[in-house]
Amino acid sequence: MSWTRKLLRVNLSTGTCTAEDLNMEWAQKYLGSRGLATKYFIEETDPKVDPLSPDNKLIMSTGPLTGTCASTAGRYTVVTKGALTGAIACSNSGGFFGNELKNAGWDMIIFEGKAEKPVYLKLINEKAELVDASKYWGKSCWDTEEGLKADLQDPQARVASIGVSGEQGVKYACIVNDMDRAAGRSGVGTVMGSKNLKAVVLRGTRGVRVDDPIAFMDATNAGKAVLAENPVTGQGLPTYGTQVLMNVINEMGAMPTRNFRDVQFEGAANISGEKMHEVRADGTKNLVTNAACYGCTIACQRVSTVERTHYTVKDRPQYQGASGGLEYEAAWSLGSECGVDDIEALTFANFICNEQGYDPISFGATVGAAMELFEMGVLTLEHTGGIELKFGNAKALTDCAELVGKAEGFGAELGLGSARLCEKYGHPELSMSVKKQEFPAYDARGIQGMGLTYATSNRGACHLRSYTVSSEVLGIPEKTDPLATDGKAGLVMAFQDATAAVDSSGLCIFTTFAWSLEDIAPQVNAACEGDWTVESLLECGERIWNMERQYNLAAGFTGKDDTLPKRLLKDAAKTGPAKGKVSGLDKMLPEYYEIRGWDANGVPKAETLNRLGLS
Amino acid sequence: MQKALNINADKCTGCLQCEVACSFEHTGTFNPSKSRIKVFKFHDEGRFVPYTCTQCAEAWCLQACPVEAISYDAETGAKVVADSACVGCKVCTIACPFGTVNYVPDTGKVAKCDLCGGDPKCATACPTDAITYVDASMTGLEKMRAWAAKTDAGLQAEA
Repeated sequence: MSWTRKLLRVNLSTGTCTAEDLNMEWAQKYLGSRGLATKYFIEETDPKVDPLSPDNKLIMSTGPLTGTCASTAGRYTVVTKGALTGAIACSNSGGFFGNELKNAGWDMIIFEGKAEKPVYLKLINEKAELVDASKYWGKSCWDTEEGLKADLQDPQARVASIGVSGEQGVKYACIVNDMDRAAGRSGVGTVMGSKNLKAVVLRGTRGVRVDDPIAFMDATNAGKAVLAENPVTGQGLPTYGTQVLMNVINEMGAMPTRNFRDVQFEGAANISGEKMHEVRADGTKNLVTNAACYGCTIACQRVSTVERTHYTVKDRPQYQGASGGLEYEAAWSLGSECGVDDIEALTFANFICNEQGYDPISFGATVGAAMELFEMGVLTLEHTGGIELKFGNAKALTDCAELVGKAEGFGAELGLGSARLCEKYGHPELSMSVKKQEFPAYDARGIQGMGLTYATSNRGACHLRSYTVSSEVLGIPEKTDPLATDGKAGLVMAFQDATAAVDSSGLCIFTTFAWSLEDIAPQVNAACEGDWTVESLLECGERIWNMERQYNLAAGFTGKDDTLPKRLLKDAAKTGPAKGKVSGLDKMLPEYYEIRGWDANGVPKAETLNRLGLS
Repeated sequence: MQKALNINADKCTGCLQCEVACSFEHTGTFNPSKSRIKVFKFHDEGRFVPYTCTQCAEAWCLQACPVEAISYDAETGAKVVADSACVGCKVCTIACPFGTVNYVPDTGKVAKCDLCGGDPKCATACPTDAITYVDASMTGLEKMRAWAAKTDAGLQAEA
């Protein structure tokens, strides 16, 4: 314990579901969730596999702490080869799906092959069944979730599904659970769609056990107290969500704006967490309440409404209720990245992303790139189907959101993602991405560590592989200068390794605003067999990082892919504290390779692999 | 002095720590499906509402039970199911107007909130004080204090 020691293998080609014992030797080396699922994935698939081929596999995995009473312990991870990136993908989601899977008695589900016709997996405790999903094909994530619960006559069932965008090959489709939580990045939903797998519906009543309950209660209670007392997890996140960052990042000149042409957005205050608290003319607020995923004592989630008189919803009552509101990344990508400061339009576009199942970060950043192409005259009204795709045009943004949801017309073009779109129209340099995955909301010129984070991230540009913003902006665990490159290689490596361990435990990475591995190790150790310490978790994280790296190298990536777009390397920031700065990636990357124990081409050395037990 | 669970839905975030704690206390596993307190989520309204037994003074479940398996704990005020006596006839589940006593197929008995013998784990586990365990004769104390503060502020503003 706290693994269930069982995995479910679902062969979609043959329609069979088989229970297997979990490889406990691997569990001791790779912990669970991200780490353990990646180990299974790499052992079982060819690294050169086409992400959309039946030979690709898709794994949904819990961690050992998933489903326990530890704070935030509801996470699960989807591991596959990403449709957007062609790299290892591992997208993590909260909500209530992971704990339900664990309660049904499973550590993970491995999907392989491809169903002849659309199906969904019905999993009620040990009973697994593939069911015809033809009546849900073509339906949104919201309709699918509601429909499946009604079919089962069980409002307590949990559903993860794809929308039309995932069915139709939008490259950054998500897998959405609990209406507005998502395994969001790298196109894991696209892979699910390519397998004709529409949804997974779950019900689990078996209970989750831990190895040493008394020690576990002590360790988790101590952890919860730390979260409650910390100003970020105890106050900032519950009050403003991740949107607490909008004004902060803008002031420090690290807010990518209009496809990274600028680093500060004049409309930032209008799309901030503070704005969501403002009372509207009709007495309501954008923010209805904060909310929590399973077991979370932070509760950063936003629940929002769109103002009823807003053009996006005024004749559409189905969008007038409350639903998942803007997180910082979405507010940035839909907002400043596109130059739009209408928070109601952003909230609506975010609803559509959740309803139709695609990643708002990649979507917004792709629209931003398309807006630049439009302003250059490369894209025309003919291409866009009449949409005036100018920076700042809220209506253009929301129209694009609905088109991508249907993968129709210009929406199918936007569904390519920025790298393929810009390449197609002859301007690959305008895609603000790494390994074809779009950047999140921190400019690498104003927060230098994030440049190295993006360039070396195993799943393409991403803030959640090593969130050095914690240190460079918030001073957690200690303040470093965001404009300096010195010491950032070590900082990024430490964050990458610790994050891989946290992701693999089943906990949420947001706990690390307050928790270090000193807080987490006793929880893992009490829950699981084996000897789990800060050191063993860090080594586990380093092992996972190098394993992912090995996979990407085998898939065809090289050190040359550890780079950033020219705009960040050559065009200096125009305003703010980072004015005149470009990313100092060239200074950080060689040092990073060295301390990683990799050679000058970014290939792990034999002694590094030996030390980590990876050879 | 008897105490009672006091639920303030405005403070609930829907995290289910109460359900997790309840199930652990009564089954030894983390298993929300076995919880005797349930949090209901009203998605389109953005509301989360914890709901459990109010421990009625004249408890319908207790009156309806044909084998006297439900007894009154004078110290806590809880109506407690004795597993040794319960025959799983489910009549109490029909008698309860609120649905807070339920049949458990795994055990063949019914289960309801027993206030954990006077130390309700749901209240301890709640991170936002949406569930508190307070003087049973003063469950309105917090509301009264809130209104008193408003009145006091109003008077000060006038002065």
